[in-house]
Amino acid sequence: MTKLKLATVWLDGCSGCHMSFLDIDERLLELVEKVDIVYSPLVDFKAFPDAVDITLVEGAVSNQDDLEKIKKVRAHTRLLVALGDCAVTANVPSMRNPFGVDQVVKRAYEENVTLQPQLPTQAVPPLLKRVRPVHDIVTVDVHLPGCPPSADAIFAALVALVEGRTPDVAALTRFGA
Amino acid sequence: MTTPSQVLTLKIDGQDVTGRADETILQVARENGIHIPTLCFLDSLSPLGACRLCLVEIKGSPRLFAACVTYIAEGMEVLTKSDRLNKYRRMIVELLFAERNHICSICVANGHCDLQDLAREMGVTYVDFPYRYPRLGVDASHERFGLDHNRCVLCMRCVRVCGEVEGAHTWDVAGRGIEAHVSADLDFPWGDSDTCTSCGKCVQVCPTGALFKKGVAAAEMVKHRSFLVRLTAMREEAE
Repeated sequence: MTKLKLATVWLDGCSGCHMSFLDIDERLLELVEKVDIVYSPLVDFKAFPDAVDITLVEGAVSNQDDLEKIKKVRAHTRLLVALGDCAVTANVPSMRNPFGVDQVVKRAYEENVTLQPQLPTQAVPPLLKRVRPVHDIVTVDVHLPGCPPSADAIFAALVALVEGRTPDVAALTRFGA
Repeated sequence: MTTPSQVLTLKIDGQDVTGRADETILQVARENGIHIPTLCFLDSLSPLGACRLCLVEIKGSPRLFAACVTYIAEGMEVLTKSDRLNKYRRMIVELLFAERNHICSICVANGHCDLQDLAREMGVTYVDFPYRYPRLGVDASHERFGLDHNRCVLCMRCVRVCGEVEGAHTWDVAGRGIEAHVSADLDFPWGDSDTCTSCGKCVQVCPTGALFKKGVAAAEMVKHRSFLVRLTAMREEAE
């Protein structure tokens, strides 16, 4: 049996969902019997592969870089999973939305800085006007809320997807879990 | 002509049930162990029909009825579960999430929230409506309690418990439509209220983390509501 290809992507989130994914612990060995991890912040591959079966997306879509990344990921993924509250609801990153980009950038790079306060002009991708949940940009196949979703929830959802079933998400996790 | 104490027979979800003429569909359903989801409804407070989660179908009418404010009638056939009802109930929960800034992960009521519980019950795992992200304030002027408008769903439980049970009527709703918000007295800072007795009943009945005790961190605001039924029962005995 050929193994399925699994990828994980990290957009605007705290990496807590990836930590929770690692908390699957020894069950990761069970998992890698069924899947190859072909792209992830946790492994060394630099380019997103052409045909991925399952991609877990952590984080909200906050800047130009996230926007381009998620469109590319969607185009090359069969089953896209929004992993955790930031991907599902935009969560904590969305708390800047009521204030607007200008005010937020000024606060971060000028008002709170004592040494050479200045707005970034390079290296930092421009922020989008609003932080948005992943399904607001591209089609999402499975939403797995939680901050972070528990390792058990992630594992159960992955097992279901690998076996071609739809995971019963409401039984596994909830917003803020 | 029916009298309030008259016993009526009706069907709820195909089950033959009886109730008094002065009882609502929700009351009779609960007495018979039939679950209807609710949000603004709270035992011992006057029913309001604001949240529309308890909508039910009644045979012979194309309209949907709020079970908490609709009295039973002889021969009525009520349906509490259907694809149509489920669709609307899910929509209501999603709209409540989209309307203000509900960030569950950092909320004092995380894990003890009626809105969160409803999302889970309805199988809402994401919100299909665009979030509004309104800019709303937090009123921290009261010595012991806080009000975070970002988390308010306008169920008016606080307004009712304050007026009907405490008798202070500090809370009310100011503004119209999307501008509506709970306000203390004449839209004053809560801490400046002359009428508030600081009893904390509003904090306990609030379904979300909108009203909270100061000093609690995320997920620590557990609400205690048993006082409400007890107080009401004791008052009825006294009368």
